[in-house]
Amino acid sequence: MKGNTTVKLIAFAIWALLLFAPFFFQEVRQVEVAARIAVFIVLVASYDLLIGYTGIVSFAHTMFFGFGAYGVAIAMKQLDNTWGYWIVGALAGVLVAIVIAILIGLLSLRVKAIFFAMITLATATVALVLASQLSTFTGGEDGITYSVPDVFKPATKLLTDDEGKVLKIAGVRMNGKIAAYYFVFASCALMFWVLLRIVGSPLGTVLKAIRENEARAEGIGYRVVAYRTAVFVIAAIAAALAGAIYATWLKYTGPETTLSFAIMIDILLMVVIGGMGTIWGAVIGATLMVLAQYYLRDLMEVAADATASIPLLPELLSPDRWLLWLGIIFILLVYFFPAGIAGTIIQRRAAK
Amino acid sequence: MNTLGNMIERAGGVFLLPVAIAIIAFVLIGAPSSWLTLTVAGLAMGMMLFLMASGLSLVFGLMDVLNFGHSAFVSFGAFVAASVLAYFGGWLGSDSIVLNVMALVFAIAAAIVFGAALGWFFERVIVKPVYSDHLRQILITMGALIVAEQLILATWGGTPTNVPRPHFLEGTIIVGGSSLEVYRLFAFIVGAVVYAGLYLLLNKTRIGLLIRAGVENREMVEALGFKIDRLFIGVFMLGSALAAMGGAMWAGYETLITPALGAEMMVIVFIVVIIGGLGSIQGTLLGAIMVALMQNYVGFLAPKLALASNMLLMMAILLWRPYGLAPAVK
Repeated sequence: MKGNTTVKLIAFAIWALLLFAPFFFQEVRQVEVAARIAVFIVLVASYDLLIGYTGIVSFAHTMFFGFGAYGVAIAMKQLDNTWGYWIVGALAGVLVAIVIAILIGLLSLRVKAIFFAMITLATATVALVLASQLSTFTGGEDGITYSVPDVFKPATKLLTDDEGKVLKIAGVRMNGKIAAYYFVFASCALMFWVLLRIVGSPLGTVLKAIRENEARAEGIGYRVVAYRTAVFVIAAIAAALAGAIYATWLKYTGPETTLSFAIMIDILLMVVIGGMGTIWGAVIGATLMVLAQYYLRDLMEVAADATASIPLLPELLSPDRWLLWLGIIFILLVYFFPAGIAGTIIQRRAAK
Repeated sequence: MNTLGNMIERAGGVFLLPVAIAIIAFVLIGAPSSWLTLTVAGLAMGMMLFLMASGLSLVFGLMDVLNFGHSAFVSFGAFVAASVLAYFGGWLGSDSIVLNVMALVFAIAAAIVFGAALGWFFERVIVKPVYSDHLRQILITMGALIVAEQLILATWGGTPTNVPRPHFLEGTIIVGGSSLEVYRLFAFIVGAVVYAGLYLLLNKTRIGLLIRAGVENREMVEALGFKIDRLFIGVFMLGSALAAMGGAMWAGYETLITPALGAEMMVIVFIVVIIGGLGSIQGTLLGAIMVALMQNYVGFLAPKLALASNMLLMMAILLWRPYGLAPAVK
């Protein structure tokens, strides 16, 4: 199991970097990237529970992410920005996610994987349409901007020095922004740990058995539909919580940041890049993709400018065509590299 | 109770459902003239949906391949037809019905040819390597859909494209107090002709016999010495050509199309094939008509619920029949 250790070491290194990110990288944008990575690790790990460990393809993961985010957003906007209402909003989002997940699961997990994929896709689209139509609640296409609990406001002083000013540690101001980052970090790390425990638990073993041979698992006496529905609900809860956390960090929730199909594609790519069925791979996949999203687009812009005189090329290289290249990379990865980074490392080492 | 069940079964069974929907809607709407308008609109839309969905359903039935990128054919068909129509803009505006019809025929033919060519490429390059691996199939065809959508964006731009209609298909005719758009009647007739053609192809020709045999038992057909691969690529191309044709018809129906068209139609097409049951064109037609009627009636009675109503319809039908209303024998 040497390869497994390598993967874990990489993942731990990434978590360690995230832990000290505000100190290492002091630009606003870099901290933004770090928080996004943390949230997406949870999102991808919970999705891997579905696709990698249980072998069911869902396109509704962003919908659950959105439920959590909109829960918090609506509570903060319509009620008040206190912790009490934060919990109410997050719980409401999680509850909606649970109910919908149970409904979808019981309806469609009985039949073929392909039906399930189609039904989740249809449901997610309806949710997206509803979010933009019910604009009194959800702010429609524009989304909602709101304020979060006072601890997270940049003006909040967490620690003060003798003169009553914000204390600086290693050049970093101990203000509400730091509190918000560590709130994101700690809750994401906790959730990742819980997901790890689930995968390692007897439940995780049953899930793998179902993935490998459904009929046999049923024959041994495991109720496949119940287990599948259960794991779908667990993944939905994790996604909704991740959404609630991300909504708190962004102070904005809209279809683009939570519900859009582009995010579903991101999650799929992260799972495939990291390696399906290796929950540690989620850490690697999410990190690489988020970094690419933030920095590769800049590179594309440069490339588009450089080729401005050549026909067609700048059109294809412009940052707006980012999804085109992602799609191509995605197809190539699924063809030639289906085990992903983590999976490939483990296989290589095992072969030696 | 049992005799009633038998009677319904003999009269057409699940195929009576659209009639039931129409009757319920008639009571709810109250005004016969608006009901007629909505019903004709629903039937026309249903026929276009049938064009888009039939290929998906057949390909799944024959090869157990579900192409998530199917709606790419629909959008390409729509945009190719729009471009051709715009190119022949002068012919469209003229009063000569011959030039009108020729421009229309060229546009639809271009969409069909493009759809078939794209289908060939899709089958050879994208789908072939991942036969019999559902997980990767879903992922790869999804990736292909994204690429296709982005290519459309890069080629035709993000702003809505105007689709000129031939002159003779403009306007409405009044029947008994309700106004019926000529284009809708045209769409219905085209759809009905294609359905009849497909029905004859599948039920009266030798190729159709092979296709139906392949849907029921692929290994046996292969064992008897028929090259099912070749048959399959034929069906795939036929399906994508039909989808492109459906897209072309849809473009004329909407008259304003955006690159998001494919993604929008995909959901409806999925609901259609899930309701109808995969693998049979009768089932697909049934699903398409039901979804389209539902969409039009609910759109009239409670506009905000239109899309959600189809979801509810799908869920109700899945509870009753998990494999859809009329799936092919498997």
